[in-house]
Amino acid sequence: MSRASLTLCLTMVLGGAALLALLNLVVPAGSALHVPTYTVSLFGKYLSYAMLAVAVDLVWGFAGILSLGHAAFFALGGYAMGMYLMRQIGTRGVYGNAILPDFMVFLNWKSLPWYWQGFDHPAFAIVMVLVVPGLLALVFGWLAFRSRVTGVYLSIITQALTYALLLAFFRNDMGFGGNNGLTDFKDMFGIPLHADATRDGLLVATAIFLALELLIARYVVTSRFGKVLIAVRDAESRTRFLGYRPEAYKLFVFVLSAVMAGVGGALYVPQVGIINPSEFSPANSIEAVIWVAVGGRGTLVGAVLGAVLVNLGKTFFTGALPELWLFALGAVFIMVTLVLPGGLLGLARRRAPRAVPAAPAPEPAE
Amino acid sequence: MNLIRVLLLMFALCPFAAQAQDDPFAGLAGNYEAIRHAVEALAVSGNPNAAATVAALQAGTLFAAPDQSLWIRQGDTLTNARTGVTGTPEGDLRRVRVNNAVRRAIEEATGALTLFAPVPAKRIKAAADLFAQHDAAMLPMLERALAKETDPAVRGAIEQAYAAALLAAGVAPVTDRLAAIDVLRRRGDLDASNLLASLTNQPPQVAAAAARAVAAIARVQRLWALAQGVFYGLSLGSVLLLAAAGLAITFGVMGVINMAHGEMVMLGAYTTFLVQQAIGAYAPALAGAGVVLAVPAAFVVAGAVGIAVERLLIRFLYGRPLETLLATWGLSLALQQAVRSIFGASNRDVTSPGWMSGAAQWGGLTITFNRLYIIVFAALVVAALMAVLRFTPLGLRMRAVTQNRRMAAAMGIRTPWIDALTFGLGSGVAGMAGVALSQIDNVSPNLGQGYIIDSFMVVVFGGVGNLWGTLVSALTLGIVNKFLEPVAGAVLAKIFVLVLLILFIQRKPRGLFPLKGRAVEA
Amino acid sequence: MTDRATLLYLDGVTVSFDGFRALNALSLILEHGEMRAVIGPNGAGKTTMMDVITGKTRPDAGQVVFGADTDLTRLDEPDIAALGIGRKFQKPTVFEPHTVWDNLLLALAGDRRPRFTLWARQSAAERDRIEAILATIRLADHRDRRAGDLSHGQKQWLEIGMLLAQEPQLLLVDEPVAGMTDAETEQTAELLREINRTRSVVVVEHDMAFVRALGVKVTVLHEGSVLSEGSIDHVSADPRVVEVYLGR
Repeated sequence: MSRASLTLCLTMVLGGAALLALLNLVVPAGSALHVPTYTVSLFGKYLSYAMLAVAVDLVWGFAGILSLGHAAFFALGGYAMGMYLMRQIGTRGVYGNAILPDFMVFLNWKSLPWYWQGFDHPAFAIVMVLVVPGLLALVFGWLAFRSRVTGVYLSIITQALTYALLLAFFRNDMGFGGNNGLTDFKDMFGIPLHADATRDGLLVATAIFLALELLIARYVVTSRFGKVLIAVRDAESRTRFLGYRPEAYKLFVFVLSAVMAGVGGALYVPQVGIINPSEFSPANSIEAVIWVAVGGRGTLVGAVLGAVLVNLGKTFFTGALPELWLFALGAVFIMVTLVLPGGLLGLARRRAPRAVPAAPAPEPAE
Repeated sequence: MNLIRVLLLMFALCPFAAQAQDDPFAGLAGNYEAIRHAVEALAVSGNPNAAATVAALQAGTLFAAPDQSLWIRQGDTLTNARTGVTGTPEGDLRRVRVNNAVRRAIEEATGALTLFAPVPAKRIKAAADLFAQHDAAMLPMLERALAKETDPAVRGAIEQAYAAALLAAGVAPVTDRLAAIDVLRRRGDLDASNLLASLTNQPPQVAAAAARAVAAIARVQRLWALAQGVFYGLSLGSVLLLAAAGLAITFGVMGVINMAHGEMVMLGAYTTFLVQQAIGAYAPALAGAGVVLAVPAAFVVAGAVGIAVERLLIRFLYGRPLETLLATWGLSLALQQAVRSIFGASNRDVTSPGWMSGAAQWGGLTITFNRLYIIVFAALVVAALMAVLRFTPLGLRMRAVTQNRRMAAAMGIRTPWIDALTFGLGSGVAGMAGVALSQIDNVSPNLGQGYIIDSFMVVVFGGVGNLWGTLVSALTLGIVNKFLEPVAGAVLAKIFVLVLLILFIQRKPRGLFPLKGRAVEA
Repeated sequence: MTDRATLLYLDGVTVSFDGFRALNALSLILEHGEMRAVIGPNGAGKTTMMDVITGKTRPDAGQVVFGADTDLTRLDEPDIAALGIGRKFQKPTVFEPHTVWDNLLLALAGDRRPRFTLWARQSAAERDRIEAILATIRLADHRDRRAGDLSHGQKQWLEIGMLLAQEPQLLLVDEPVAGMTDAETEQTAELLREINRTRSVVVVEHDMAFVRALGVKVTVLHEGSVLSEGSIDHVSADPRVVEVYLGR
């Protein structure tokens, strides 16, 4: 990833978000230049997906960990934020219960479960957004990397992890709203969620967090740590004989990536207004991987590009040609792996010198 | 001649004579109270015509003549209820009416009267009903039935009913009661146990024997429950095995991560649907064989799709497992959407043939036939697969190619074709699994999605490249899952199993039965 | 048992894979500052021996002691590498996407923990050290090239350079001259002799001319144990060695 492409990407993300917000807020609704609030939230959603994509690229592109369960961290961050937003509803729910969210009243619950305690404090909720995905990644990664589970095996068990969470969150007994998830949010930090200005603010906030994420990721992969990480990706056992502990490197980057995904999820929820168990579906995680592959694995900027492009395509297809969307997505998966292994940025990158080395060409069939 | 005349006379006089000795039919011509008593008397009378009479009373086809004779009307013919002889009564017939009290008496009596029905199965059913009622009043009739009964199975059932009634009566000698308890203990089911537990006011030795019998029954019941759990577990395990067997070839032997494996299963299920439709349209007589015909059809369809996929997609991605994973996932999306576009998003109706439905009771074990057939089918599929790998030239070449591709190529094996055929074989097996799954699961475009993660977990848990490992792993996971279900509930059990698997793979990344040696390191 | 001069001590080391004995009660003593050549036919256990010493494979039985009293069988690869045992693989394994410079930087002795590497800045000392190694392995002109773009021989040398950067006490070198030209082979022998001035070296090699050029004590392995040991002339004359390895 060259410095120029990073700068361009940051400019476009921050500038684009600010522009959309301004056109929504300042330009009157009748004008041709007015951007509807719907579009603002749509791009807010894309950018939070881009945060997930960058997180996936960090582990897949630079550490060779193909996580098929990264949407789980995204969803956990989202649920932590959702729980806070649920507590913010207060007595404005259908049942008007000051203590219990609607779905708990509906299930005849008498008191708030212990794990819901504290979520009425925004600071606590924000800490949980970081801690819950991070902790899960820490425990899971510590187990997996220590016992040297790699490659497709790791992919399969990350998929099983998110599948298990999917099943768990579907259960009403879990206390997360079961099938319906958490929704009907009213406001955030005391500001009405449905106001245009809030939506604009959320888009800009997401853009800022995405930019921050890109800068942190960029620092990590260009540091000596990042060089070790790439060495681990390509020749893990060789790094051991040099005295490195690959598991420590992978664990750090895996946890960092999970936290980043969690922040993405936390920004996603207020903008789409709902979080439900389907976010844990293994298909979501694989889709996030394809965003990265489309943009170009191991480029960070490509992850942003891929996430935005694929989701623009999804919005277009599901609106205009819903029958064809899965064909299109399926074709994208196949074409990217067969024809465009470097992704879109891979096309451009062949000429330009790189700051971060690319993955080696795959070895021919053995 | 004289003798015949005497006999005829006796026959003619018989009803009157019987009435004199308390004719059970007599009250039927009287008021409701008398009718009820008559029904109760008929129930225990053992009279061969009692059953038909009570049935007629229930159906409203029993009539009384002014001379107190009783007639059953069937269409235009009238039959004398007492004698069973057709005839013509004198005077106007009056329908014998029933009220609620009589209706209740009829219901109880019908149960008892069936004890003398000509079909043994009906007699067993009647005995079972009487067992449930365990009414002391039935003792005389049960005794009579026991005396007449020759069929050992029916005798056993009547003995149990008798024992139950005897214990309920609470007046029999202690030795008889102990014998009755013994009969119930041998019956060994929950009903017997409940009956024994409900006994009160018994002499100490009887009470002690009953308690011992209850404990013994509980032990037996636990064993049956265990066996039932194992059966359910085997059934789930064989479903997992079927879903994973094809994957054991494509992933286990070839190392290809085929995320579209579930869609091969789905194609097999839709092939079953199409075969069923075709048979329904062109050869309805073969309806029962539809499932059997669908097996080869599904194998061919899924196998052909598999070969096409290998030639057009997977062969470009050998040695790049993660890319294969993504490309085949894309393929699975496209296949799902294709099926959705053709067949619609809703479930398609695949009916199970008659011979696959139903269940057999064996002691405390309920064996449903469709589960049993799936277990058998899974066993056959795996056996066939092992035979193909071990004994056929194709299997030999497959093993050669997977063990040392270059050497195999050097020996003149066309490795690309072997790759395609191996992949086709794995996909074909997945298609056959789809036939089985169409019998127990919804045939929808999402069918395969539900199995893909489980299948991969089964193969990884068993040890990649090892069909025996897949077998053991599928059955183990099935049984563990089914034993967790009563404790934790179905969903939580599945989550537990997934978490256990994740933890297991951390400890033994190469599965239960890893391939060892230096080749693995390379 | 281990006197002061002994650096590496293997006794009765046995390794089995599924019944196949890769090492069979192998015993070997290496002294400080010694260079040893290990030869033997394919499957004799040469690579497995390296795996055992570097912690990749745990022996089923036997002792592996490094220095005075460090039991290597209880340590894993990074620990053993940190002790000062470096390894060069049969197939050159360098980090292909990285430059020659970065490859050496990663190999350079120092703190290996993430919390250090995350904030590490290249120091002047590190720079000098890398320059020195570049000169030794004759890759100074290629410092900014991708390691993956180097020729086979250059990769072998880069890997030896990475070994040097680790500053190990003991170098294990697996077939360093496989695929090299005669000139490169000669230079490699010279390089190893130079390295041997300050460090102990174990060289596994098939190339008898190269082994002869090294002019060191030779151990012949066969079926997982030592068949013969001594000077190159001694083992070449040993009829058993001729029988199993050299051929008549």
